[in-house]
Amino acid sequence: MSKKLLVGVLAVLFIILVVAVLQMPTIGSKDHPAYNQTAQYYVDNAMRDTNSPNIITAIITDYRAFDTLGETTVLFTSIAAVASILVASGHKEDNHE
Amino acid sequence: MNDLIVKVITKMLFPFIMVYGFYVMLHGHLSPGGGFSGGAIIGGGFVLFTLVFGLAKAEALLPHRYLKYVESGGLLFYMGIGLFGLFTTGYFLSNQSAGFYMGEAFTLFSSGMILYITFAIGLKVASTMITLFRYIIDEEYDHD
Repeated sequence: MSKKLLVGVLAVLFIILVVAVLQMPTIGSKDHPAYNQTAQYYVDNAMRDTNSPNIITAIITDYRAFDTLGETTVLFTSIAAVASILVASGHKEDNHE
Repeated sequence: MNDLIVKVITKMLFPFIMVYGFYVMLHGHLSPGGGFSGGAIIGGGFVLFTLVFGLAKAEALLPHRYLKYVESGGLLFYMGIGLFGLFTTGYFLSNQSAGFYMGEAFTLFSSGMILYITFAIGLKVASTMITLFRYIIDEEYDHD
């Protein structure tokens, strides 16, 4: 009984998800909501704002520099975690031996 | 690794890998590349050096006590640039209005803080790769 109910609920969820995916705009189409005025602003003004001919670098280290600072912090956090685990466990083994 | 061919080729290629890594890092605002890819090239060069010549020689070439200052220094330098913009204009990480030297487009010293930020990211990525690899290979040596 409960197994049939589970399969029924999952089937309804599957149909809802498929309908939602079919409603999404095609990848690369001109009406995609990601192509808004922000992208047009970057293309038009990146050279004037940052004096950098590479618009991608201008975006990631000037307009979105705070996001890149977060990415750099992720690197620092990862190395701190690895160092705390590996170095700490290594010292413990030395003490036991 | 006790192979003469690999050792000789690595010894010949290592300076060029370093120069190419710094080139990609410093020309991030002019050509494809930037801090992450340039740092990955430099880190990969040191990983190759460590694999071929062993941990002791790599440690002698670039000791860990310098590496840990580069590690924190890259991030602190990045934050310092952001705070400089905060104090001069009131906006964190502001570029042109904070008074960074914009220079002439298509030359190396241009586009204000992008050059410094790319350099800081590159040093950070390279030191993270080298440190991570050394910790793991150190663990490997301990168990042998």
